[in-house]
Amino acid sequence: METMSENKRAAIWSFTLLLVSLLVWEFSIPTQQVATGELTEYEILIGAGTAKAGVPPPSEVIVKAWEELSNPFYDAGPNDKGIGIQIGYSIYRVLAGYFLAALIAIPLGFLIGMSSVAYKALNPFIQILRPISPLAWMPLALFIIQDSEASAIFVIFICSIWPMLLNTAFGVAGVREDWVNVARTHELSALRTAFTVVLPAAAPTIVTGMRISIGIAWLVIVAAEMLVGGTGIGYYVWNEWNNLDLTSVIFSIFMIGVVGMLLDAAFGLLQRRVAYVE
Amino acid sequence: MAKSFLSIERLTQKYPDGKGGEFTVFENASFGIEKGEFVCILGHSGCGKSTIMNILAGLSEPTLGVVKMDGLEVSGPSLDRGVVFQNYSLLPWLTALKNVTFGVAARFPNWTKQQVEDHSIAFLNKVGLSGDSIHRKPSQLSGGMRQRVSIARAFANEPKLLLLDEPFGALDALTRGTIQEELLKVWSGTDQTVFMITHDIDEAILLADRILLMTNGPLARVAESVEITIPRPRVRTEIVENANYYAIRNHLVQFLGKRSAELAGQPSVAGETHSPEKIHIDKTVGMVGNQPLLQAVKT
Repeated sequence: METMSENKRAAIWSFTLLLVSLLVWEFSIPTQQVATGELTEYEILIGAGTAKAGVPPPSEVIVKAWEELSNPFYDAGPNDKGIGIQIGYSIYRVLAGYFLAALIAIPLGFLIGMSSVAYKALNPFIQILRPISPLAWMPLALFIIQDSEASAIFVIFICSIWPMLLNTAFGVAGVREDWVNVARTHELSALRTAFTVVLPAAAPTIVTGMRISIGIAWLVIVAAEMLVGGTGIGYYVWNEWNNLDLTSVIFSIFMIGVVGMLLDAAFGLLQRRVAYVE
Repeated sequence: MAKSFLSIERLTQKYPDGKGGEFTVFENASFGIEKGEFVCILGHSGCGKSTIMNILAGLSEPTLGVVKMDGLEVSGPSLDRGVVFQNYSLLPWLTALKNVTFGVAARFPNWTKQQVEDHSIAFLNKVGLSGDSIHRKPSQLSGGMRQRVSIARAFANEPKLLLLDEPFGALDALTRGTIQEELLKVWSGTDQTVFMITHDIDEAILLADRILLMTNGPLARVAESVEITIPRPRVRTEIVENANYYAIRNHLVQFLGKRSAELAGQPSVAGETHSPEKIHIDKTVGMVGNQPLLQAVKT
């Protein structure tokens, strides 16, 4: 045991914890008493022969997951699409809104970071717009844009813009004066200074903002899709709740977690690439 | 007196003192530096050395006065004036080599990538960096190696004037010694004009042709210009044997220890320029018995 590495020990603990909680879950769910044998006409009328809805045991969820993941891209009409298609829609909306936000937030953040006048002028707007729950924009977006798809993208845009904007401004404002002086003594143009000195210097802070933003965007898309409906993982969760299919609900909750983790990991990777030690 | 290559004319720096008044760091400072000269400036903290350096670099503007290089007024930073900052100022996300090519590519925009790289490597080699270490990031280099990269970057750009702002201030004494000698080696092969700030008297004597002495601030001025009458090439272990070494050293110590404070804080008479008094100490000529001849030539 002593020679075992920390990672190995942690992995064993994780696995044990998973196994124990799954077992507790499995056995804490009462087996359903489904009436068997001859049913009276009354019993048939009240549906005594069918199972009651209840929280499913993990074994059922795993079977469901296997079923869904082995055929993720089927499309059998508006209310019956594979989990891959639903997640695909959600990721598309998140990325569309997110990159639109980045397109505005990063240049604007540069401006705010470089000019204290711009910072002071824009700060009141940022401070008042930032704490607004992105979903509060939904009715206005639906009315103005008149398109539920675009409204969902707008909501993602508005929620992911703030961390990127503020972190970019903060990163750019915090670039060490020595480095800017190096650029100045080498007679670099403003544009070249921005790209060769300020951007790499501020990159770790900017990417941290981008990572926070993608996390928030993924949180918000689920709620937004519950409202706008049609497609996406958020709609899927709500639809399965309406179908009282809790197995699918639990499965999709799990999938939301997995995709969120992967998105975060991608930005974690990017963060490591732009990191530097002073 | 003919115009110097670099002439600093009636330079004055004032800051608001926060109480509605003004705080004068230095006033009417004037001095010149000849082409190819290595000049050190010595003075206590707060006398405005760094401010003078920043003005020469074009990074800040004096309240009054002008700096002329080659007869042209200095305004704003330029590739003609290279700077080595105290804290190295290497870009930490670039390797040592990339930090040098960064400067060379800016200086010689028409060169090919290969030319830029070869030129950069040649200068890194001159300061004793080669092989694997030039592909490392600054964080993976020791303080001494970082400052070597910084010096290589400045020399590789071949500026008309090289400004060194306490380049060895953050290094330990032993590392400082080796890099000073490397600096001398790199410099002696060129006709590079160098202006350097330092706190270290021995360093100044080893490196400089001339040492400018500043009185304490506020109202500091460049009081004396001491010629270093020790022949080159100089080696640390040999110059201490030179008869002039301790004479000059004593003069500098006396100035910094006593006279810099005594001369401080004298407001200038209107219209007067503070040209430094020229000091020439040479005990190797005119030795009469044991009596050295100390000449203080006032201009």
